[in-house]
Amino acid sequence: MTLHPMGIELLQLILLPLLAPAFVGWVKIVKCRMQGRTSPGLLQPYRDIRRLFIKDVVLADNASWIFRVTPYLAFGVILMTAGIIPLISVDLPLAATADIIALVMLFAIVRFFTALAGMDIGTAFGGMGSSREMMISSLAEPAMLMAIFTVSLASSSTSLTQMVSVMANGHFMIRPSLAFSLIAFILIALAETGRIPVDNPATHLELTMIHEAMILEYSGRYLALIEWAGMMKLMVFFSLGIAAFLPWGIAGSGDPLSLLLRGLFFVAKLAVGGVVMVLIETGLAKMRIFRLPEYLGSAFLLATLGMIAFFILE
Amino acid sequence: MSTELVIQLNTLLAAMILLTSFALLVQRRMFAILHIFAWQGFFLGLSTAVIGFATGEHHLYISSLLTLVMKVILLPYILYTLIHKLKIHREIESVMNTPATMLAGIGLVIFSYHLTAPVRQLSTLMTRSTLAVALATVMLGLLMMVTRRHAVSQIIGFLAMENGLFFAATSATYGMPMVVELGVALDLLIAAFIFGIFFFHINTTFDSLDVEQMAKLKEGD
Amino acid sequence: MSPLDIAGFSVLLLLGGALCAMLLSRFERMLVPAAFSLATLASLATATAGFLAVLQGTNHAATVAMGLPGLPFNLRLDPLAGFFLVVIGLLSTFVSLYSIGYLRAYLGKRPVTRLVVCYLLFLAGMSLVVLADDAYFFLLAWELMAASSYFLVMYEDEQAANRRAAFLYLLVAHVGAIAILLAFGIMAGLTTGGASFSNYTFDAMRAGALSPGWAAGAFFLAFFGFAAKAGVIPLHVWLPEAHPVAPSNVSALMSGIMLKTSIYGMMRVAFDLLHGFPWWWGGIVLCFGLVSAVMGVLYALMQHDLKRLLAYHSVENIGIILIGLGLSMIFTSFNFQSLAALALVASLYHTLNHALFKGLLFMGAGAVIHATHEKNMEEMGGLIHLLPWTSALFLVGCISIAGLPPFNGFVSEWLTFQALLLSPALPHPLLKLLVPLAASLLALTGALAAACFVKAFGVTFLGAWRGHRKKEQIGEVAFSMRLGMLLAALSCLALGVLPTLVMGWMDTVPLKLCGARIATSAGRFGWLWLTPYSHERASYSGPVVFFGLIAVVAATYLLLHVRRTAIRRAPLWDCGFERITPRMQYTATAFAMPIRRVFGFFFSIREQLELISPQNHPVMADSLHFRLRVRDRFWNWFYEPLSDIAFWIARRVGRLQQGRIQIYLLYSFVTLIVLLAFLG
Repeated sequence: MTLHPMGIELLQLILLPLLAPAFVGWVKIVKCRMQGRTSPGLLQPYRDIRRLFIKDVVLADNASWIFRVTPYLAFGVILMTAGIIPLISVDLPLAATADIIALVMLFAIVRFFTALAGMDIGTAFGGMGSSREMMISSLAEPAMLMAIFTVSLASSSTSLTQMVSVMANGHFMIRPSLAFSLIAFILIALAETGRIPVDNPATHLELTMIHEAMILEYSGRYLALIEWAGMMKLMVFFSLGIAAFLPWGIAGSGDPLSLLLRGLFFVAKLAVGGVVMVLIETGLAKMRIFRLPEYLGSAFLLATLGMIAFFILE
Repeated sequence: MSTELVIQLNTLLAAMILLTSFALLVQRRMFAILHIFAWQGFFLGLSTAVIGFATGEHHLYISSLLTLVMKVILLPYILYTLIHKLKIHREIESVMNTPATMLAGIGLVIFSYHLTAPVRQLSTLMTRSTLAVALATVMLGLLMMVTRRHAVSQIIGFLAMENGLFFAATSATYGMPMVVELGVALDLLIAAFIFGIFFFHINTTFDSLDVEQMAKLKEGD
Repeated sequence: MSPLDIAGFSVLLLLGGALCAMLLSRFERMLVPAAFSLATLASLATATAGFLAVLQGTNHAATVAMGLPGLPFNLRLDPLAGFFLVVIGLLSTFVSLYSIGYLRAYLGKRPVTRLVVCYLLFLAGMSLVVLADDAYFFLLAWELMAASSYFLVMYEDEQAANRRAAFLYLLVAHVGAIAILLAFGIMAGLTTGGASFSNYTFDAMRAGALSPGWAAGAFFLAFFGFAAKAGVIPLHVWLPEAHPVAPSNVSALMSGIMLKTSIYGMMRVAFDLLHGFPWWWGGIVLCFGLVSAVMGVLYALMQHDLKRLLAYHSVENIGIILIGLGLSMIFTSFNFQSLAALALVASLYHTLNHALFKGLLFMGAGAVIHATHEKNMEEMGGLIHLLPWTSALFLVGCISIAGLPPFNGFVSEWLTFQALLLSPALPHPLLKLLVPLAASLLALTGALAAACFVKAFGVTFLGAWRGHRKKEQIGEVAFSMRLGMLLAALSCLALGVLPTLVMGWMDTVPLKLCGARIATSAGRFGWLWLTPYSHERASYSGPVVFFGLIAVVAATYLLLHVRRTAIRRAPLWDCGFERITPRMQYTATAFAMPIRRVFGFFFSIREQLELISPQNHPVMADSLHFRLRVRDRFWNWFYEPLSDIAFWIARRVGRLQQGRIQIYLLYSFVTLIVLLAFLG
């Protein structure tokens, strides 16, 4: 018995929102252990989201429809990407909706609207967060494209499913270009998902907030959706990295047992990825905002070196 | 070990050498620069050994060993003690506009790729593709010497340049004759001592190793 | 009725309309709706003609025995011309509709007849530029377009700044026109060597062959001339001066279509009149495109005059179009026809898209200025509550220009990216490494554009009102203005959601110019999937993204509203700070500050902080004054030396002027003798 591709598609769409809070919970657990604290457990993010959903919404007087639409849009867009990125199968009918460049632009929609929502209320914090977020993203984008380009060189494709199939089926090669672009990708992913050293997801200290400053005025279910979308975004970025750089064990047949095994393998890869991120976050301190051009500049440099290494050496 | 694997390994090492060159270019802290330089020497030595193994040119093992001893242990150690003695290990250099330097570096790599294109077409050696990296390492070393203000990092730039030349020799012709290599190694060692003496003098005269200070020597108008 | 007949008819309609408008200047109140309805009709006809010409893919030519004896006007409508006619017709339809409402504000305040006449002539001139098939007629139409637009820019001529801007525009336009004239001279004069008038037809130029050196000379003269009109950096300075001072409907046309006629000129000269060129021509075009794109958006970020900001974005988008064009030329020179076709389609698609979204944005800006009587974004804010239609439509423009799916700006930028990422196919080692860097610069441009439009929309429409007028005085704009903007916004959406159909339609253009078509590969999987090169390479589906988004968002919304939770409105929180005023919002200047700092090198910035305190006390300040001036560096780098040289030469030449009549006669006499000696 095999599962219809559309079924796998649906499975992915359900899996992502359900797993994302657990992934964030896992990251928190590891982080707490690493820093000698007791952790709130794997399920705490679920409880947070539930609590927020139950609460009533308090909306500022001059909030416009943009402020109210943004949470739904953020959640919806990120959920859509779950149908496009191959998590447990490459046989996805909707994967052709967007290649990796279009995927990055889908994230840009979320950022665009979140930044607008930050400015909608008319507080100084919101504007500050939006301004900084857009600055960071504009520096991260060229590096992101370069990393994508370097990865796409190996499979001569920017379509994710194609990249996965080519890389996983081709014979193994030591590719410095991929190693470089992987490091670049990690640096960029930390910036795009608002993690240390670029932004601190746990801070509410006025001058260091970036993402939190934009969503300061949200409450109730709006906040729940935004937080949930943020968790999903983190997991989507990890999945993107896995699909682009460690694609082994994604492609396969559609029978349930094999799907389950691949799903478990995927979760294991995610868990290891989470530990790596915690190591980075624990080892580094948050940067001053005007050091970020250098940080993202090095990401760009690495990605470019990857591209150059591909042409010169491989 | 198959030839293909050797080529891939050598490619990886070349890529690491290129990476360390860029790391030298943008790193600010004295000790970190020293560490990166030692790593570069390590990759260089390893690459020489790999080429020696693949081609059966056994004198490359000796150069490899020489590189490892000189550039991973001896020179870094000398510079390390120097930095300690001069009490400059806490110094953080003000590097001029890091992103611009990086872009210039990328430009140099592309330029050296362009320059070595004819050689790549003529050569039949399996290391021919790393020649561009070698040339780029030389140029990046020079760029480092141009952009840095501190005497010690300028010296490291110089030594990185020498690394590049050595790498160029192994990738273009499977290494220089033994005598030349020994001579160069000795020269380097002597150079390091002379630099040390210079540093002391510069430091006592200007109370700093910032070479900008030397502009004072120019006769005033 | 052939497409050329329709196009000719619509031009005649416009010219006749202009004539009638001059006679009817007494009845302005009637003139405005009548003239602009006529313009709407004529533009619709133009668009139809272009649409049919592209669809049929054949050439229609005609010769009109007008003008000087022996120099008839040659007209031709081929797919390339047809495509640009669609660009012209489509946007001018929307803008003409918009103008009916927009010009009502001027009625009774100042005479509008001049504006109406020049508007109609301007539209006719642009159509004729595209239709012309000989150098003489082309330049005539070019001048008609330039002169009429000059008067349109000059419309509010009581302010000295407006007159200066218009003069600058005229100056740059004419320096460009001279270069174009010289380019045509080279092509006509050196092809067959004869001095017959028939050399001036484009057909003769197509047939002739130039030596490589002369061909390069001709191309770069033409490129310079067209670049001056298109606002390519460093020839862009007139653009941010002229666009803001013109009436908004005119700026929409100038930015949306007039700049595109020079893109048309470049394509005509490169791919049609001169054929066969080395790759570095394309390389230079690509470099100019990159510089324009990046610098254009960086300067745009520093502006807080809404229309000025949009003007700088035109520079950016012309840059993006040139990136596609240059890349297409590079691919052509290496005989990669299908890749060249892809890059050309990307460039053309962006031309069409930019016309629509920039037109929409200028119309939106016009509506905002119309409603608030402010030009400075810092004096706006909160307009989303006061102008709900305008703000929503302006937002569509913002999303489109920022290159976000599912709108049209994304599609053309994505196609450009795909074309750039196919560069590893090139045999030239240096290009292989450099073209991807160009792609990363394009990514930087896109992200900065998004930042800029978050700023533009956020400061103008969101937050709270901070202007001088009372909020109650501000109301939604007239119906026809909204209709014009709505149609433009819908076209933006349609072009973004259904790119496969559009590319299937415009397939004849690359077929004629590059000798390859891409619709077969782009639309292999039907209208739902866009696969520009092959489906393994990359794919995108506008409809799935658009409808998928709607479905997912709607589903989330409905799921969450099963249980009714109350929404309580409250004063804003802002971390518990209570006395927040509109003046405390983030300003446009503050928003752009991080980017201003990061890219500080590109601007000449002067910041002044003045502390006003009793007894010059450093801590106890009464008030702080912050002054910031950010200038375009090209003024100091490029234009100030140029004007110094011009004045220096002028002073030297000025010595010739003696003031005595005999001397002048002597000059004429000497000139006559020299001419006779050389030509006799």
